[in-house]
Amino acid sequence: MFVPFLYALRARGVPVGAQEALALAQALARGLHESGLDGFYHLGRALLVHSEAHLDAFDEAFLATFKGVVADGRKLKDELLEWLAQAAAGVRPLTQDELDALERHDPDELWRLLEERMREQDERHDGGTYWIGTGGASPFGHSGQVGREGIRLGGPGGHRSALASADARRYRGYRKDLVLDVRQLGVALRKLRRFSREGEPDELDLEGTIDATAKNAGELEVKVRPPRRPSVRVLLLLDVGGSMDPYAHLVSRLFSAASKATHWKELKVYRFHNCVYGRLWKDDDLTDSVPVSQVLAEHGRHHKLIVVGDALMGPYELLQRGGPSRDELLTGLEWLERLAGHFDRAAWLNPEPPGLWRHNTIEAIARVFRMFPLTLGGLEEAMDHLVRGRGA
Amino acid sequence: MPDPTPTPQAFRRFAGTPSYLTNDALEAAVNAALALERPLLVKGEPGTGKTLLAEAIAESLGAPLLRWHVKSTTRAQDGLYVYDTVQRLYDSRFGGGDVQDIRKYIKLGPLGHAFKAPARAVLLIDEVDKADLEFPNDLLHELDRMRFQIVETGEEVAARERPVVVITSNNEKELPDAFLRRCVFHFIDFPDPALMERIVAVHHPRLGPDLVRQAISAFFALRQHPRLRKRPSTSELIDWLTVLHAAGLTGVRLDQDLPFLGTLLKKEQDVANLKDVKPQGGAARRGWN
Repeated sequence: MFVPFLYALRARGVPVGAQEALALAQALARGLHESGLDGFYHLGRALLVHSEAHLDAFDEAFLATFKGVVADGRKLKDELLEWLAQAAAGVRPLTQDELDALERHDPDELWRLLEERMREQDERHDGGTYWIGTGGASPFGHSGQVGREGIRLGGPGGHRSALASADARRYRGYRKDLVLDVRQLGVALRKLRRFSREGEPDELDLEGTIDATAKNAGELEVKVRPPRRPSVRVLLLLDVGGSMDPYAHLVSRLFSAASKATHWKELKVYRFHNCVYGRLWKDDDLTDSVPVSQVLAEHGRHHKLIVVGDALMGPYELLQRGGPSRDELLTGLEWLERLAGHFDRAAWLNPEPPGLWRHNTIEAIARVFRMFPLTLGGLEEAMDHLVRGRGA
Repeated sequence: MPDPTPTPQAFRRFAGTPSYLTNDALEAAVNAALALERPLLVKGEPGTGKTLLAEAIAESLGAPLLRWHVKSTTRAQDGLYVYDTVQRLYDSRFGGGDVQDIRKYIKLGPLGHAFKAPARAVLLIDEVDKADLEFPNDLLHELDRMRFQIVETGEEVAARERPVVVITSNNEKELPDAFLRRCVFHFIDFPDPALMERIVAVHHPRLGPDLVRQAISAFFALRQHPRLRKRPSTSELIDWLTVLHAAGLTGVRLDQDLPFLGTLLKKEQDVANLKDVKPQGGAARRGWN
């Protein structure tokens, strides 16, 4: 039964394999799911998912796989709806209070609520009296209101049915293809790290000391070595202003994540507008500039270059030679090629969704730079790309 | 395993404690971890009670709790045992104690103690993500087999009863896949307002309900704010309520400047951002700050 579900998970990028399947089978054999879909939902989440990034995909797969299971309940539902319609015809007149209560909801919403209740009922094996008492009476007054309140109060975990929980898709925010806050960006940036021992030897090398002491016939001989230090240097170029304005907050979060990163030996940040020409700026207002050639001279090829920009501009801005604001007679594209060629590893982070990366200047620039979307997933991929050595 | 065919009921052992509130998902995860004897990996935002969970499990099982707080310099080996070579070297050089007896210089770590415990223990490996990337992988074998060998003496330490292992992570680093695959996973959600009220009631039983409700709604509205760099968490809310209570306030309103905002927001930019977008109504300023 659950094997198709595992493939549904795999199809959504949740890495489940034989180990997870066996664990789940073992747990099911012991009855940990309490022979119910709710229990199975919670158990499956605990055993099949290993990261909150996959919780949303799990909910999605669960819905896709198990919505069919409750199809048999539909017949029952139709019967009930019929019964309710009949009951509505022959019902006693309502008191003023009840009418007042009724008017606060529009009928569509009540039906929707009832249907929700029905959906819950379908998987709840203990719910026989549950919906008749509350949901069933809901179109007629107080009980409907109570029922509705009940959904809200029951919401936080304990009393939601599995499909309702899955339907709520509360973990969408943890998906990797969205960007949330500085902290998550920081975690992604942490992938770009490398350590080496250089500098002052001031750490006790215990094994070396023991070795040396033993060789020295027991006379204590202390050995020291330089401590492990981060060795990654990063050059960050940010596109500011113009078409990047909608993404200003995203970029500023990335900037604060990058400047907080303690696992880099050095971080230099420069700005540019639209495309890199002869100069780069040190500040957001584009007043204090340095020539690109100087930046290249100061940064060796082992620096990791990260460019953040939408790479969208008029084609002439990329291809036209020279101009009043340009120091040297190179086109924008040639400047970018020079930058990309100078460093062993470079990546371009683009806040525009990848669907829009064709038939415009993005396509041209993506031929020069490896381009990644500015999302958590894209950032992680970019860091993976950067952390490798030359040509790897 | 003492009983090869345990009944389902035998594992329904964890249902929270009076002071620790649980839900179905959490209970399912804990009971799966207990039944399958796998480590339980707990993630969630800071301040959602990950560490407290281990205490609650220990309390409800009546088992001792061993804590292993992981730091950036912690190595997997430290959890098993430490061979105090420097002490032995020192003793051999300057005389003192029986240098021949290596066992004297072997000190068990938290994992070693958990294995050696006479009855089932609960082992908390706190903030596993603080250590080096390879740290969890180095523990895989020991957590799987629940035994390890002390290389220096040849002695084998094996768990008499497999300890319940609870691992917490703040998500500062990705954990290796091989490690994740062996764990039962649970993600603690940020509490919703109703649960938050109950949590606040545990900490501030004597606060007026109006103040609590208003403060909580202001708190959640603040968390929704899209421009915040650091969203306030439960502990900040508790602190804020303490301050509000101490100042003798009976209510707060979100459309006014929130008093003592500094307890909730810890970053200057956040406070500035909030000021930018807040509508400055006529009666909005009352000079709280």
